[in-house]
Amino acid sequence: MSERWFLFKRNLLNFWKTFRRNRMGLLGAFLVVTALFLAIFAPIFTPYQPTDTIRDENGRGLTFAPPSIHGPLGTDDAGHDVWTQLIYGARISLTVGFMAGFIAMFVGSLLGILAGYFGGWIENLLMRTTDVLLVIPDLPLMLILVATLRQLNLHVSPIFILIMVIGLLYWTSTARLVRSQVLTIKERQFVARARAIGAGHIHIIRRHVIPQIMPLIVANSVLILSTAILIESGLAFLGLGDPTQPSWGTMLNFAFDRNAITNGAWWFYLPPGLAIVWVSLGCVLLGNVLEEMLNPRLTAHHLEGEQKIHPLQTPLNLPKPEKP
Amino acid sequence: MNRRDYLIRKLLLSLVTVLIVVGINFLLFRVLPGDPVRAVIGRNVRISFETQAALRAQFGLDKPVFPDQFLDTLGQWGRGNLGVSWSQRRPVSEILLSKLGNTIVLIGLGQILSIVFGVILGLLAGWKRKTVIDIGALTFSLIAWAIPTFWLGIILLAAGSTWLGLPTGGIVSPDNAGKPLYEVLPDVAHHLILPTLTLTILYLGEYMLIMRSSILEVLSEDYILTAKAKGLSYWQVLWRHALKNAMLPIVTLIALNLGFTVSGAIYVETVFSYDGLGKLFQTALIKQDYPLLQGAFLLLAVSVIIANMLADILYTYLDPRVKTI
Repeated sequence: MSERWFLFKRNLLNFWKTFRRNRMGLLGAFLVVTALFLAIFAPIFTPYQPTDTIRDENGRGLTFAPPSIHGPLGTDDAGHDVWTQLIYGARISLTVGFMAGFIAMFVGSLLGILAGYFGGWIENLLMRTTDVLLVIPDLPLMLILVATLRQLNLHVSPIFILIMVIGLLYWTSTARLVRSQVLTIKERQFVARARAIGAGHIHIIRRHVIPQIMPLIVANSVLILSTAILIESGLAFLGLGDPTQPSWGTMLNFAFDRNAITNGAWWFYLPPGLAIVWVSLGCVLLGNVLEEMLNPRLTAHHLEGEQKIHPLQTPLNLPKPEKP
Repeated sequence: MNRRDYLIRKLLLSLVTVLIVVGINFLLFRVLPGDPVRAVIGRNVRISFETQAALRAQFGLDKPVFPDQFLDTLGQWGRGNLGVSWSQRRPVSEILLSKLGNTIVLIGLGQILSIVFGVILGLLAGWKRKTVIDIGALTFSLIAWAIPTFWLGIILLAAGSTWLGLPTGGIVSPDNAGKPLYEVLPDVAHHLILPTLTLTILYLGEYMLIMRSSILEVLSEDYILTAKAKGLSYWQVLWRHALKNAMLPIVTLIALNLGFTVSGAIYVETVFSYDGLGKLFQTALIKQDYPLLQGAFLLLAVSVIIANMLADILYTYLDPRVKTI
């Protein structure tokens, strides 16, 4: 145990040494961490609740008050404090992003490992499913799925429906990536040796395959996270969010529907969008740097001779799933 | 695998995908709570049980869901009968057809502009690698990726209408509604500026990235070296040898992007109240007009699937290497 802990600590330290020299990665990490921090400690950063109505001296609600009159970011059409809405909204947006991203990553990795390791009909099924999902336009599909699920009396929150629909539609790219990696790992000598001394499938997958692909999965899931947050904001903007728990997308939906643009209330429609860009940009930067550092395909191994893919040829590996 | 087998495989896959889309559509419609007969005649209309039963029989609702109702629905959809919209009381197919043209104009313009600019900028970025142009292009595509489409639309809408006096939405100004198209063409173009700009910025980044990495790959090929050794000028090498080969991935991307294009249309049309399929989809969603929603989904999905298949076929003719896969 102590030896493994030591190895883990050494690897982490080595990783940090490379990582901290990468400015893009640091910027990405900064963007993501600040958003997480504000979301988690939201009550510390604001005296209000998202549902509080801000009133002037005469007790009337302050609607569409610009930042010069109230707070850091003014108020919305109902007199709610926009800054409070924003940092509480971060909780919803990030929760949906993380949960949906986790589901997508879990399902994708599981199917990818099974397909890559066992091949056969599982692999066939996986590849055909991803072929099919690739050509069905995602957004209309998600919209009718969410709309129908909300009509059924399932007694679950709209947020949960969003998480499930996003998570269960965006695993395909992870599954393909993991599968292709598992295919190469399966052919490596250490797997053949492990098999020769009688190791079972589960042992090989747990002790040899998963540790090898884990870094790749981590990098990929950061990219998926940004997609999930963008998609959630889009669905919420189209009116499929939970009005009682507004995310950034829901805020933009309110701002748009309640004429913030014609009223010139830029403090209402700019901050939520900037927040979305902040987080998704952070995730893409972080994910790309992690992938570059951890993806075995992009780093040359000293035994593998000349490296085929020049890292600069794929400097920006933006996740393929459509963005809102 | 030769070309014929490849094409047959693509055709079969497209057919299966269409069937899956149809299946999803049918299934979702069935699991909705409530009585379809009630939904069609309205909630408060009083009718006798006999009439209800007759209507039920007329709609085929007295038969088992599978296979009878499914095959019946399939036949109806196949003949272009997509039911009647709950909110507009008109045939769904008629409504869809009336909006199709507007969307095609918007998407087409956005695609053409972004492909032209994306190819040119990507080419420059790859050619002048690691210069200001290249880094600028990369930064642009990164930021364009991270911006939600609808928010970009909102910003352009706010900026364009305040500072440039551009219209905030719709297809023509209210005074020009109903006039023949050739009279109001300048007005229509005026209304198209902002939505088209949003879509162009949205798609541009990706075309630029693909073109850039594609041109980098092509430039490292031996035949480029040969061309240079022959004494051809930079532009001749670029134009005659590099560009043609580097364009191939763009063709695939156009096809792959069609689904993405559709979602762009839904957001942009919603933001700019542009009277097309995307706006229709969003309205149907808010009004919970399921027949309309289903019809729109069917139309969008099937057209994307068919376009993808056509692009695959086209690709086999453009790239001789695909002949034997």
